[in-house]
Amino acid sequence: MAEPPAAGSALGTAPARRHTRPAEDRQRLGPASGTGLGLAVLWLSLLVLLPLAAVVAKGAGAGFANFWAAVTTHQALSAIRLTVLASAAVSLVNAVMGTLIAWVLVREDFAGKRVIEVLIDIPFALPTIVAGLVLNTLYGPHSPVGVNWYASRPGVLVALLFVTLPFVVRTVEPVLLSLETEAEQAAASLGAGPIRTFVRIVLPAIAPAIASGASLAFGRAMGEYGSVVLISGQLPRTEVASQYIYQQIESGYLPDAAATATVLLAISVLVLASLNGLRQWAVSRG
Amino acid sequence: MLAGAPGRPGTATAATPAADRPRPVRRRRTSRSRWALRLVALAYVGVLVALPLGLVLWRTVDQGGAAFLDAITGPEAIAAFRLTAIVAGSAIAINTVFGVGAALLLARYRFRGRRLLDLLIDVPISVSPIIVGLALILAFGWTTGWFGPALRNAGLQVIFATPGMVLATAFVSLPLVVREVLPVLAETGLDEDQAARSLGANAVQRFRRITLPTIRWALAYGVVLSVARTLGEFGAVRVVSGNIGSQTQTVTLLVDERAEQFEPGAYQLSVVLIAVAALCIVIISIIRPHEKK
Repeated sequence: MAEPPAAGSALGTAPARRHTRPAEDRQRLGPASGTGLGLAVLWLSLLVLLPLAAVVAKGAGAGFANFWAAVTTHQALSAIRLTVLASAAVSLVNAVMGTLIAWVLVREDFAGKRVIEVLIDIPFALPTIVAGLVLNTLYGPHSPVGVNWYASRPGVLVALLFVTLPFVVRTVEPVLLSLETEAEQAAASLGAGPIRTFVRIVLPAIAPAIASGASLAFGRAMGEYGSVVLISGQLPRTEVASQYIYQQIESGYLPDAAATATVLLAISVLVLASLNGLRQWAVSRG
Repeated sequence: MLAGAPGRPGTATAATPAADRPRPVRRRRTSRSRWALRLVALAYVGVLVALPLGLVLWRTVDQGGAAFLDAITGPEAIAAFRLTAIVAGSAIAINTVFGVGAALLLARYRFRGRRLLDLLIDVPISVSPIIVGLALILAFGWTTGWFGPALRNAGLQVIFATPGMVLATAFVSLPLVVREVLPVLAETGLDEDQAARSLGANAVQRFRRITLPTIRWALAYGVVLSVARTLGEFGAVRVVSGNIGSQTQTVTLLVDERAEQFEPGAYQLSVVLIAVAALCIVIISIIRPHEKK
Protein backbone atom coordinates (compact mmCIF):
# COMPACT_ATOMS: atom_id res chain seq x y z
CA MET A 1 0.00 0.00 0.00
CA ALA A 2 3.07 2.24 0.07
CA GLU A 3 2.82 3.56 -3.44
CA PRO A 4 -0.24 3.56 -5.65
CA PRO A 5 0.34 1.51 -8.77
CA ALA A 6 0.32 3.30 -12.08
CA ALA A 7 -3.06 3.37 -13.70
CA GLY A 8 -3.36 0.44 -16.07
CA SER A 9 -4.25 0.98 -19.65
CA ALA A 10 -5.95 -2.06 -20.98
CA LEU A 11 -6.17 -2.80 -24.64
CA GLY A 12 -7.45 0.31 -26.32
CA THR A 13 -8.52 2.10 -23.17
CA ALA A 14 -7.25 5.63 -22.95
CA PRO A 15 -4.72 5.51 -20.13
CA ALA A 16 -5.62 7.36 -16.98
CA ARG A 17 -2.06 8.47 -16.39
CA ARG A 18 -1.03 11.50 -18.33
CA HIS A 19 2.35 13.08 -18.65
CA THR A 20 2.78 15.46 -15.77
CA ARG A 21 6.11 17.02 -16.61
CA PRO A 22 6.37 20.76 -16.17
CA ALA A 23 6.62 22.59 -19.45
CA GLU A 24 9.96 24.26 -18.63
CA ASP A 25 11.76 20.95 -19.07
CA ARG A 26 10.82 20.79 -22.70
CA GLN A 27 13.22 21.93 -25.40
CA ARG A 28 12.66 24.35 -28.23
CA LEU A 29 12.25 22.82 -31.66
CA GLY A 30 15.44 22.45 -33.68
CA PRO A 31 15.64 22.00 -37.47
CA ALA A 32 15.34 18.20 -37.26
CA SER A 33 12.56 18.11 -34.69
CA GLY A 34 10.81 20.93 -36.53
CA THR A 35 10.79 18.86 -39.70
CA GLY A 36 9.56 15.89 -37.67
CA LEU A 37 6.70 17.94 -36.31
CA GLY A 38 5.83 19.09 -39.80
CA LEU A 39 5.73 15.51 -41.05
CA ALA A 40 3.67 14.31 -38.09
CA VAL A 41 1.10 17.07 -38.56
CA LEU A 42 1.02 16.48 -42.30
CA TRP A 43 0.38 12.75 -41.82
CA LEU A 44 -2.27 13.33 -39.18
CA SER A 45 -3.97 15.84 -41.48
CA LEU A 46 -3.88 13.58 -44.53
CA LEU A 47 -5.01 10.46 -42.70
CA VAL A 48 -7.46 11.81 -40.14
CA LEU A 49 -8.32 15.48 -40.28
CA LEU A 50 -8.88 16.12 -43.99
CA PRO A 51 -10.92 12.94 -44.57
CA LEU A 52 -13.13 13.72 -41.56
CA ALA A 53 -13.48 17.28 -42.80
CA ALA A 54 -14.52 15.82 -46.17
CA VAL A 55 -17.35 13.94 -44.42
CA VAL A 56 -18.66 17.08 -42.74
CA ALA A 57 -18.23 19.08 -45.96
CA LYS A 58 -20.12 16.45 -47.95
CA GLY A 59 -22.88 16.29 -45.37
CA ALA A 60 -23.26 20.05 -45.15
CA GLY A 61 -22.42 20.71 -48.80
CA ALA A 62 -25.86 19.74 -50.06
CA GLY A 63 -27.44 22.53 -48.05
CA PHE A 64 -29.28 22.52 -44.76
CA ALA A 65 -32.61 21.41 -46.19
CA ASN A 66 -31.07 18.32 -47.77
CA PHE A 67 -29.01 17.61 -44.67
CA TRP A 68 -32.11 17.80 -42.50
CA ALA A 69 -34.10 15.66 -44.92
CA ALA A 70 -31.34 13.04 -44.94
CA VAL A 71 -31.04 12.68 -41.17
CA THR A 72 -34.77 12.82 -40.45
CA THR A 73 -35.92 10.00 -42.70
CA HIS A 74 -37.73 7.34 -40.73
CA GLN A 75 -34.89 4.87 -41.13
CA ALA A 76 -32.11 7.32 -40.25
CA LEU A 77 -33.95 8.56 -37.18
CA SER A 78 -34.72 5.08 -35.96
CA ALA A 79 -31.08 3.99 -36.46
CA ILE A 80 -29.73 7.04 -34.60
CA ARG A 81 -32.30 6.64 -31.83
CA LEU A 82 -31.50 2.95 -31.37
CA THR A 83 -27.77 3.68 -31.35
CA VAL A 84 -27.99 6.45 -28.76
CA LEU A 85 -30.43 4.58 -26.49
CA ALA A 86 -28.56 1.28 -26.73
CA SER A 87 -25.23 3.02 -26.05
CA ALA A 88 -26.69 4.79 -23.02
CA ALA A 89 -28.15 1.53 -21.70
CA VAL A 90 -24.87 -0.27 -22.29
CA SER A 91 -22.89 2.42 -20.44
CA LEU A 92 -25.26 2.16 -17.48
CA VAL A 93 -25.00 -1.63 -17.31
CA ASN A 94 -21.21 -1.30 -17.64
CA ALA A 95 -21.06 1.29 -14.87
CA VAL A 96 -22.71 -1.18 -12.49
CA MET A 97 -21.29 -4.50 -13.70
CA GLY A 98 -17.85 -3.09 -14.50
CA THR A 99 -17.53 -1.61 -11.02
CA LEU A 100 -18.71 -4.87 -9.49
CA ILE A 101 -16.19 -6.89 -11.50
CA ALA A 102 -13.37 -4.46 -10.72
CA TRP A 103 -14.28 -4.67 -7.02
CA VAL A 104 -14.20 -8.48 -7.12
CA LEU A 105 -10.87 -8.46 -8.96
CA VAL A 106 -9.23 -6.06 -6.49
CA ARG A 107 -10.78 -6.99 -3.15
CA GLU A 108 -11.54 -10.69 -3.48
CA ASP A 109 -9.29 -13.68 -3.85
CA PHE A 110 -10.75 -16.94 -5.10
CA ALA A 111 -10.18 -19.58 -7.74
CA GLY A 112 -12.52 -18.07 -10.33
CA LYS A 113 -10.73 -14.73 -10.21
CA ARG A 114 -8.05 -15.80 -12.66
CA VAL A 115 -10.75 -16.92 -15.07
CA ILE A 116 -12.33 -13.47 -14.99
CA GLU A 117 -8.89 -11.86 -15.31
CA VAL A 118 -8.18 -13.82 -18.50
CA LEU A 119 -11.63 -13.37 -20.03
CA ILE A 120 -11.96 -9.66 -19.38
CA ASP A 121 -9.46 -8.55 -22.05
CA ILE A 122 -10.75 -10.88 -24.76
CA PRO A 123 -13.36 -8.44 -26.11
CA PHE A 124 -10.58 -5.90 -26.81
CA ALA A 125 -8.32 -8.39 -28.55
CA LEU A 126 -10.99 -10.27 -30.48
CA PRO A 127 -11.89 -9.07 -33.99
CA THR A 128 -15.37 -7.57 -33.86
CA ILE A 129 -16.74 -9.81 -36.61
CA VAL A 130 -15.57 -12.86 -34.67
CA ALA A 131 -17.26 -11.45 -31.57
CA GLY A 132 -20.44 -11.15 -33.63
CA LEU A 133 -20.13 -14.70 -34.93
CA VAL A 134 -19.42 -16.06 -31.48
CA LEU A 135 -22.46 -14.32 -29.96
CA ASN A 136 -24.68 -15.29 -32.87
CA THR A 137 -23.72 -18.92 -32.31
CA LEU A 138 -24.93 -18.90 -28.71
CA TYR A 139 -27.71 -16.32 -28.89
CA GLY A 140 -28.69 -16.67 -32.56
CA PRO A 141 -31.12 -18.81 -34.59
CA HIS A 142 -29.26 -22.09 -33.97
CA SER A 143 -28.73 -21.50 -30.29
CA PRO A 144 -28.24 -24.69 -28.29
CA VAL A 145 -29.74 -23.01 -25.22
CA GLY A 146 -32.89 -21.93 -27.02
CA VAL A 147 -32.30 -18.18 -26.75
CA ASN A 148 -32.93 -16.58 -30.09
CA TRP A 149 -31.97 -12.92 -30.10
CA TYR A 150 -31.21 -12.89 -33.81
CA ALA A 151 -32.61 -9.76 -35.47
CA SER A 152 -33.81 -8.39 -32.15
CA ARG A 153 -32.79 -5.50 -29.94
CA PRO A 154 -31.55 -7.72 -27.10
CA GLY A 155 -29.13 -9.19 -29.67
CA VAL A 156 -27.77 -5.73 -30.43
CA LEU A 157 -27.46 -4.99 -26.71
CA VAL A 158 -25.57 -8.22 -26.03
CA ALA A 159 -23.12 -7.46 -28.84
CA LEU A 160 -22.52 -3.95 -27.47
CA LEU A 161 -22.14 -5.26 -23.91
CA PHE A 162 -19.57 -7.76 -25.15
CA VAL A 163 -17.32 -5.25 -26.91
CA THR A 164 -17.53 -2.67 -24.10
CA LEU A 165 -16.99 -5.11 -21.21
CA PRO A 166 -13.40 -4.13 -20.32
CA PHE A 167 -13.72 -0.33 -20.30
CA VAL A 168 -15.15 0.35 -16.84
CA VAL A 169 -13.36 -2.64 -15.28
CA ARG A 170 -9.98 -1.46 -16.49
CA THR A 171 -10.46 2.19 -15.58
CA VAL A 172 -11.88 1.51 -12.09
CA GLU A 173 -9.44 -1.27 -11.18
CA PRO A 174 -6.28 0.87 -10.73
CA VAL A 175 -8.15 3.51 -8.71
CA LEU A 176 -9.60 0.86 -6.44
CA LEU A 177 -6.14 -0.66 -6.04
CA SER A 178 -4.64 2.62 -4.92
CA LEU A 179 -7.46 3.31 -2.46
CA GLU A 180 -6.48 3.09 1.22
CA THR A 181 -8.82 0.86 3.19
CA GLU A 182 -8.38 2.78 6.46
CA ALA A 183 -11.34 5.08 5.88
CA GLU A 184 -13.53 2.07 5.15
CA GLN A 185 -12.39 0.32 8.31
CA ALA A 186 -13.03 3.47 10.31
CA ALA A 187 -16.53 3.75 8.84
CA ALA A 188 -17.22 0.10 9.58
CA SER A 189 -15.96 0.42 13.16
CA LEU A 190 -18.29 3.39 13.61
CA GLY A 191 -21.16 1.11 12.71
CA ALA A 192 -21.70 1.81 9.02
CA GLY A 193 -22.93 -1.22 7.09
CA PRO A 194 -21.11 -2.45 4.00
CA ILE A 195 -23.52 -0.74 1.62
CA ARG A 196 -23.35 2.55 3.48
CA THR A 197 -19.54 2.32 3.62
CA PHE A 198 -19.39 1.66 -0.11
CA VAL A 199 -21.74 4.50 -1.03
CA ARG A 200 -20.18 7.06 1.32
CA ILE A 201 -16.46 6.18 1.22
CA VAL A 202 -15.59 4.12 -1.86
CA LEU A 203 -18.03 5.40 -4.46
CA PRO A 204 -16.96 9.08 -4.28
CA ALA A 205 -13.34 8.02 -4.82
CA ILE A 206 -14.02 5.82 -7.84
CA ALA A 207 -16.89 7.82 -9.35
CA PRO A 208 -14.65 9.76 -11.78
CA ALA A 209 -13.13 6.50 -13.00
CA ILE A 210 -16.57 4.93 -13.43
CA ALA A 211 -17.78 7.96 -15.35
CA SER A 212 -14.67 7.93 -17.49
CA GLY A 213 -14.97 4.22 -18.27
CA ALA A 214 -18.68 4.54 -18.97
CA SER A 215 -18.09 7.38 -21.44
CA LEU A 216 -15.44 5.33 -23.19
CA ALA A 217 -17.97 2.50 -23.43
CA PHE A 218 -20.59 4.93 -24.70
CA GLY A 219 -18.26 6.24 -27.40
CA ARG A 220 -17.35 2.74 -28.47
CA ALA A 221 -20.96 1.55 -28.56
CA MET A 222 -22.00 4.59 -30.62
CA GLY A 223 -19.66 3.60 -33.43
CA GLU A 224 -19.82 -0.17 -33.14
CA TYR A 225 -20.36 -2.08 -36.36
CA GLY A 226 -18.59 -5.42 -36.73
CA SER A 227 -20.03 -7.21 -33.73
CA VAL A 228 -23.58 -6.09 -34.51
CA VAL A 229 -23.66 -7.00 -38.21
CA LEU A 230 -24.33 -10.73 -37.90
CA ILE A 231 -26.75 -10.75 -34.98
CA SER A 232 -28.88 -7.74 -35.93
CA GLY A 233 -30.09 -9.38 -39.12
CA GLN A 234 -29.89 -6.06 -41.03
CA LEU A 235 -33.55 -5.25 -40.40
CA PRO A 236 -34.63 -1.60 -40.21
CA ARG A 237 -35.85 -2.17 -36.65
CA THR A 238 -32.50 -3.43 -35.39
CA GLU A 239 -30.16 -1.37 -37.54
CA VAL A 240 -27.59 0.76 -35.71
CA ALA A 241 -26.34 4.04 -37.16
CA SER A 242 -23.11 2.55 -38.53
CA GLN A 243 -25.09 -0.09 -40.42
CA TYR A 244 -27.40 2.54 -41.83
CA ILE A 245 -24.44 4.63 -43.00
CA TYR A 246 -22.83 1.55 -44.56
CA GLN A 247 -26.01 0.83 -46.50
CA GLN A 248 -26.19 4.38 -47.78
CA ILE A 249 -22.55 4.14 -48.92
CA GLU A 250 -23.21 0.83 -50.69
CA SER A 251 -26.26 2.29 -52.41
CA GLY A 252 -24.19 5.25 -53.57
CA TYR A 253 -26.03 7.88 -51.50
CA LEU A 254 -22.82 9.47 -50.27
CA PRO A 255 -24.32 12.85 -49.23
CA ASP A 256 -26.95 11.07 -47.11
CA ALA A 257 -24.33 8.80 -45.59
CA ALA A 258 -22.17 11.84 -44.83
CA ALA A 259 -25.09 13.69 -43.23
CA THR A 260 -25.85 10.84 -40.83
CA ALA A 261 -22.13 10.38 -40.20
CA THR A 262 -21.86 14.08 -39.31
CA VAL A 263 -24.60 13.70 -36.71
CA LEU A 264 -22.88 10.64 -35.26
CA LEU A 265 -19.50 12.45 -35.29
CA ALA A 266 -21.02 15.44 -33.50
CA ILE A 267 -22.27 13.16 -30.73
CA SER A 268 -18.83 11.49 -30.55
CA VAL A 269 -17.10 14.87 -30.26
CA LEU A 270 -19.44 15.81 -27.42
CA VAL A 271 -18.61 12.56 -25.65
CA LEU A 272 -14.87 13.07 -26.13
CA ALA A 273 -15.11 16.64 -24.85
CA SER A 274 -17.09 15.63 -21.78
CA LEU A 275 -14.68 12.77 -21.19
CA ASN A 276 -11.79 15.20 -21.21
CA GLY A 277 -13.72 17.50 -18.90
CA LEU A 278 -14.33 14.62 -16.51
CA ARG A 279 -10.69 13.66 -16.58
CA GLN A 280 -9.63 17.18 -15.69
CA TRP A 281 -12.31 17.38 -13.00
CA ALA A 282 -11.00 14.13 -11.54
CA VAL A 283 -7.42 15.40 -11.64
CA SER A 284 -8.35 18.71 -10.02
CA ARG A 285 -10.02 16.78 -7.20
CA GLY A 286 -6.71 15.00 -6.73
CA MET B 1 -18.86 -23.75 3.40
CA LEU B 2 -20.99 -20.69 3.86
CA ALA B 3 -23.25 -20.95 0.89
CA GLY B 4 -24.91 -24.06 2.30
CA ALA B 5 -26.00 -22.42 5.55
CA PRO B 6 -29.35 -20.77 4.95
CA GLY B 7 -30.15 -20.11 8.63
CA ARG B 8 -30.99 -16.71 10.02
CA PRO B 9 -27.80 -14.67 10.54
CA GLY B 10 -26.72 -14.95 14.14
CA THR B 11 -28.32 -18.29 14.90
CA ALA B 12 -25.52 -20.53 13.71
CA THR B 13 -22.22 -19.75 15.39
CA ALA B 14 -20.63 -23.18 15.13
CA ALA B 15 -18.43 -22.27 12.17
CA THR B 16 -16.64 -19.42 13.92
CA PRO B 17 -15.06 -19.60 17.36
CA ALA B 18 -17.11 -16.99 19.18
CA ALA B 19 -14.41 -16.23 21.73
CA ASP B 20 -11.97 -14.32 19.54
CA ARG B 21 -14.51 -13.07 17.03
CA PRO B 22 -16.16 -9.97 18.44
CA ARG B 23 -18.85 -9.78 15.77
CA PRO B 24 -19.50 -13.18 14.24
CA VAL B 25 -22.96 -12.13 13.09
CA ARG B 26 -21.65 -9.38 10.94
CA ARG B 27 -18.81 -11.40 9.48
CA ARG B 28 -21.13 -14.16 8.32
CA ARG B 29 -23.40 -11.76 6.57
CA THR B 30 -20.65 -9.99 4.65
CA SER B 31 -19.16 -13.29 3.67
CA ARG B 32 -22.40 -14.39 2.10
CA SER B 33 -22.79 -11.17 0.16
CA ARG B 34 -19.19 -11.45 -0.93
CA TRP B 35 -19.90 -14.88 -2.37
CA ALA B 36 -22.87 -13.38 -4.17
CA LEU B 37 -20.65 -10.65 -5.66
CA ARG B 38 -18.12 -13.21 -6.87
CA LEU B 39 -20.87 -15.34 -8.40
CA VAL B 40 -22.47 -12.41 -10.18
CA ALA B 41 -19.11 -11.32 -11.62
CA LEU B 42 -18.27 -14.85 -12.76
CA ALA B 43 -21.72 -15.46 -14.19
CA TYR B 44 -21.75 -12.18 -16.12
CA VAL B 45 -18.34 -12.73 -17.69
CA GLY B 46 -19.14 -16.40 -18.24
CA VAL B 47 -22.41 -15.83 -20.06
CA LEU B 48 -21.08 -12.90 -22.06
CA VAL B 49 -17.62 -14.20 -23.02
CA ALA B 50 -16.74 -17.73 -21.93
CA LEU B 51 -19.87 -19.60 -23.05
CA PRO B 52 -20.08 -18.14 -26.57
CA LEU B 53 -16.33 -18.57 -27.11
CA GLY B 54 -16.44 -22.11 -25.80
CA LEU B 55 -19.33 -22.97 -28.09
CA VAL B 56 -17.47 -21.75 -31.19
CA LEU B 57 -14.40 -23.77 -30.18
CA TRP B 58 -16.64 -26.78 -29.60
CA ARG B 59 -18.35 -26.44 -32.98
CA THR B 60 -14.95 -26.26 -34.67
CA VAL B 61 -13.64 -29.34 -32.88
CA ASP B 62 -16.92 -31.07 -33.65
CA GLN B 63 -16.50 -30.51 -37.40
CA GLY B 64 -13.14 -32.22 -37.31
CA GLY B 65 -9.53 -31.64 -38.25
CA ALA B 66 -10.01 -32.15 -41.98
CA ALA B 67 -12.66 -29.45 -42.14
CA PHE B 68 -10.34 -27.18 -40.17
CA LEU B 69 -7.44 -27.67 -42.57
CA ASP B 70 -9.70 -27.28 -45.62
CA ALA B 71 -11.13 -24.07 -44.31
CA ILE B 72 -7.86 -22.38 -43.50
CA THR B 73 -5.75 -23.66 -46.41
CA GLY B 74 -8.16 -23.07 -49.30
CA PRO B 75 -7.02 -20.54 -51.93
CA GLU B 76 -9.47 -17.91 -50.66
CA ALA B 77 -8.24 -18.30 -47.10
CA ILE B 78 -4.57 -18.20 -48.09
CA ALA B 79 -5.16 -15.03 -50.11
CA ALA B 80 -7.04 -13.49 -47.18
CA PHE B 81 -4.28 -14.33 -44.71
CA ARG B 82 -1.68 -12.86 -47.05
CA LEU B 83 -3.63 -9.66 -47.55
CA THR B 84 -4.30 -9.32 -43.82
CA ALA B 85 -0.59 -9.75 -43.11
CA ILE B 86 0.33 -7.10 -45.68
CA VAL B 87 -2.32 -4.61 -44.54
CA ALA B 88 -1.77 -5.08 -40.81
CA GLY B 89 2.01 -5.16 -41.18
CA SER B 90 2.10 -1.91 -43.16
CA ALA B 91 -0.31 -0.17 -40.79
CA ILE B 92 1.70 -1.25 -37.74
CA ALA B 93 4.97 -0.11 -39.33
CA ILE B 94 3.47 3.29 -40.16
CA ASN B 95 1.96 3.68 -36.70
CA THR B 96 5.15 2.67 -34.96
CA VAL B 97 7.19 5.31 -36.78
CA PHE B 98 4.49 7.95 -36.34
CA GLY B 99 3.82 6.89 -32.76
CA VAL B 100 7.41 7.05 -31.55
CA GLY B 101 8.00 10.31 -33.42
CA ALA B 102 4.84 11.96 -32.09
CA ALA B 103 5.55 10.73 -28.56
CA LEU B 104 9.10 12.17 -28.71
CA LEU B 105 7.76 15.52 -29.93
CA LEU B 106 4.99 15.67 -27.33
CA ALA B 107 7.23 14.62 -24.45
CA ARG B 108 10.36 16.61 -25.19
CA TYR B 109 9.52 19.73 -27.12
CA ARG B 110 7.42 22.78 -26.58
CA PHE B 111 5.63 24.28 -29.52
CA ARG B 112 2.43 26.05 -30.37
CA GLY B 113 -0.48 23.62 -30.66
CA ARG B 114 1.18 20.89 -28.61
CA ARG B 115 -1.96 20.29 -26.54
CA LEU B 116 -4.11 20.31 -29.65
CA LEU B 117 -1.90 17.67 -31.27
CA ASP B 118 -2.11 15.63 -28.07
CA LEU B 119 -5.90 15.83 -28.22
CA LEU B 120 -6.21 15.12 -31.96
CA ILE B 121 -4.25 11.88 -31.71
CA ASP B 122 -7.11 10.40 -29.67
CA VAL B 123 -9.77 11.28 -32.25
CA PRO B 124 -9.62 7.95 -34.16
CA ILE B 125 -10.66 6.05 -31.01
CA SER B 126 -14.10 7.55 -30.99
CA VAL B 127 -14.90 7.47 -34.69
CA SER B 128 -17.06 4.66 -36.05
CA PRO B 129 -15.07 2.44 -38.44
CA ILE B 130 -17.77 2.94 -41.06
CA ILE B 131 -17.25 6.70 -40.86
CA VAL B 132 -13.50 6.12 -41.17
CA GLY B 133 -14.15 4.26 -44.41
CA LEU B 134 -16.55 6.92 -45.65
CA ALA B 135 -14.03 9.65 -44.80
CA LEU B 136 -11.27 7.93 -46.78
CA ILE B 137 -13.59 7.44 -49.77
CA LEU B 138 -14.51 11.12 -49.69
CA ALA B 139 -10.83 12.09 -49.53
CA PHE B 140 -9.09 9.58 -51.78
CA GLY B 141 -11.73 7.96 -54.02
CA TRP B 142 -11.01 8.52 -57.74
CA THR B 143 -14.47 9.84 -58.52
CA THR B 144 -15.66 10.76 -55.06
CA GLY B 145 -12.65 12.20 -53.24
CA TRP B 146 -11.06 15.60 -52.79
CA PHE B 147 -7.72 14.19 -53.96
CA GLY B 148 -9.42 11.86 -56.46
CA PRO B 149 -8.52 13.68 -59.70
CA ALA B 150 -4.88 14.11 -58.65
CA LEU B 151 -4.56 10.45 -57.68
CA ARG B 152 -6.24 9.39 -60.90
CA ASN B 153 -3.83 11.43 -62.99
CA ALA B 154 -0.96 9.82 -61.13
CA GLY B 155 -2.51 6.40 -61.77
CA LEU B 156 -2.52 5.68 -58.05
CA GLN B 157 -5.55 3.76 -56.85
CA VAL B 158 -6.13 4.05 -53.12
CA ILE B 159 -9.79 3.21 -52.58
CA PHE B 160 -10.91 -0.32 -53.53
CA ALA B 161 -7.25 -1.32 -53.36
CA THR B 162 -4.62 -2.28 -50.80
CA PRO B 163 -3.37 1.28 -50.02
CA GLY B 164 -6.85 2.31 -48.90
CA MET B 165 -7.11 -0.72 -46.64
CA VAL B 166 -3.72 0.16 -45.13
CA LEU B 167 -4.88 3.75 -44.54
CA ALA B 168 -8.14 2.57 -42.96
CA THR B 169 -6.31 0.18 -40.66
CA ALA B 170 -3.67 2.78 -39.75
CA PHE B 171 -6.45 5.26 -38.97
CA VAL B 172 -8.27 3.06 -36.46
CA SER B 173 -5.09 1.98 -34.66
CA LEU B 174 -3.33 5.36 -34.76
CA PRO B 175 -3.23 6.22 -31.02
CA LEU B 176 -2.16 2.81 -29.67
CA VAL B 177 1.64 3.19 -29.90
CA VAL B 178 1.69 6.89 -28.97
CA ARG B 179 -0.40 6.34 -25.87
CA GLU B 180 1.91 3.61 -24.56
CA VAL B 181 5.22 5.31 -25.36
CA LEU B 182 4.37 8.89 -24.37
CA PRO B 183 3.89 8.38 -20.58
CA VAL B 184 7.20 6.51 -20.31
CA LEU B 185 9.09 9.21 -22.20
CA ALA B 186 7.43 11.93 -20.14
CA GLU B 187 8.37 10.25 -16.88
CA THR B 188 11.96 9.61 -17.87
CA GLY B 189 12.83 13.16 -18.78
CA LEU B 190 15.81 14.43 -20.69
CA ASP B 191 18.73 14.16 -18.25
CA GLU B 192 20.34 11.06 -19.69
CA ASP B 193 19.81 12.30 -23.20
CA GLN B 194 21.52 15.59 -22.42
CA ALA B 195 24.39 13.84 -20.66
CA ALA B 196 24.95 11.70 -23.75
CA ARG B 197 24.78 14.78 -25.95
CA SER B 198 27.40 16.55 -23.87
CA LEU B 199 29.61 13.48 -24.32
CA GLY B 200 29.30 13.90 -28.07
CA ALA B 201 26.67 11.33 -28.98
CA ASN B 202 24.71 12.25 -32.09
CA ALA B 203 20.93 12.01 -32.40
CA VAL B 204 20.91 8.50 -33.88
CA GLN B 205 23.26 7.18 -31.19
CA ARG B 206 21.22 8.79 -28.44
CA PHE B 207 18.00 7.32 -29.83
CA ARG B 208 19.45 3.81 -30.14
CA ARG B 209 21.40 3.73 -26.89
CA ILE B 210 19.20 5.77 -24.57
CA THR B 211 15.68 6.37 -25.81
CA LEU B 212 15.01 2.95 -27.32
CA PRO B 213 16.04 0.92 -24.24
CA THR B 214 13.84 3.20 -22.12
CA ILE B 215 10.73 2.81 -24.21
CA ARG B 216 11.20 -0.74 -25.48
CA TRP B 217 8.60 -2.42 -23.22
CA ALA B 218 6.05 0.31 -23.79
CA LEU B 219 6.76 0.11 -27.50
CA ALA B 220 6.38 -3.67 -27.48
CA TYR B 221 3.10 -3.28 -25.61
CA GLY B 222 1.83 -0.74 -28.11
CA VAL B 223 2.83 -2.93 -31.05
CA VAL B 224 1.05 -5.99 -29.62
CA LEU B 225 -2.08 -3.90 -29.05
CA SER B 226 -1.77 -2.75 -32.66
CA VAL B 227 -1.43 -6.33 -33.89
CA ALA B 228 -4.68 -7.31 -32.17
CA ARG B 229 -6.48 -4.21 -33.42
CA THR B 230 -5.22 -4.24 -37.01
CA LEU B 231 -5.78 -7.96 -37.65
CA GLY B 232 -9.34 -7.59 -36.46
CA GLU B 233 -10.34 -4.43 -38.30
CA PHE B 234 -13.54 -5.02 -40.20
CA GLY B 235 -15.85 -2.07 -40.78
CA ALA B 236 -13.40 0.49 -42.13
CA VAL B 237 -11.70 -2.08 -44.35
CA ARG B 238 -15.07 -3.32 -45.58
CA VAL B 239 -16.03 0.14 -46.81
CA VAL B 240 -12.77 0.94 -48.62
CA SER B 241 -12.08 -2.56 -49.97
CA GLY B 242 -15.10 -2.95 -52.17
CA ASN B 243 -14.88 -6.60 -51.09
CA ILE B 244 -13.77 -7.85 -54.50
CA GLY B 245 -13.32 -11.61 -54.29
CA SER B 246 -9.91 -12.70 -53.15
CA GLN B 247 -8.16 -9.52 -54.31
CA THR B 248 -9.27 -7.24 -51.50
CA GLN B 249 -10.64 -9.67 -48.95
CA THR B 250 -9.00 -9.78 -45.55
CA VAL B 251 -9.60 -12.61 -43.08
CA THR B 252 -12.31 -10.72 -41.19
CA LEU B 253 -14.14 -9.95 -44.45
CA LEU B 254 -13.93 -13.61 -45.42
CA VAL B 255 -15.34 -14.66 -42.04
CA ASP B 256 -18.26 -12.30 -42.58
CA GLU B 257 -18.90 -13.54 -46.11
CA ARG B 258 -18.85 -17.18 -45.07
CA ALA B 259 -21.07 -16.53 -42.07
CA GLU B 260 -23.63 -14.53 -44.04
CA GLN B 261 -23.72 -16.96 -46.97
CA PHE B 262 -23.82 -19.94 -44.61
CA GLU B 263 -20.71 -21.32 -46.30
CA PRO B 264 -18.50 -23.60 -44.22
CA GLY B 265 -15.29 -22.24 -42.79
CA ALA B 266 -16.38 -19.24 -40.74
CA TYR B 267 -15.86 -21.06 -37.44
CA GLN B 268 -12.46 -22.40 -38.42
CA LEU B 269 -11.16 -19.00 -39.53
CA SER B 270 -12.60 -17.48 -36.36
CA VAL B 271 -10.73 -19.98 -34.25
CA VAL B 272 -7.46 -18.90 -35.88
CA LEU B 273 -8.29 -15.29 -35.08
CA ILE B 274 -9.32 -16.22 -31.53
CA ALA B 275 -5.97 -17.99 -31.11
CA VAL B 276 -4.10 -14.88 -32.28
CA ALA B 277 -6.13 -12.71 -29.90
CA ALA B 278 -5.39 -15.09 -27.02
CA LEU B 279 -1.70 -15.03 -27.92
CA CYS B 280 -1.75 -11.22 -27.85
CA ILE B 281 -3.31 -11.29 -24.37
CA VAL B 282 -0.66 -13.73 -23.16
CA ILE B 283 2.16 -11.59 -24.54
CA ILE B 284 0.60 -8.51 -22.98
CA SER B 285 0.39 -10.18 -19.58
CA ILE B 286 4.11 -10.92 -19.89
CA ILE B 287 5.00 -7.38 -21.00
CA ARG B 288 2.75 -5.53 -18.53
CA PRO B 289 4.92 -5.99 -15.38
CA HIS B 290 8.00 -4.79 -17.29
CA GLU B 291 6.21 -1.76 -18.60
CA LYS B 292 4.93 -0.74 -15.17
CA LYS B 293 8.43 -0.75 -13.72
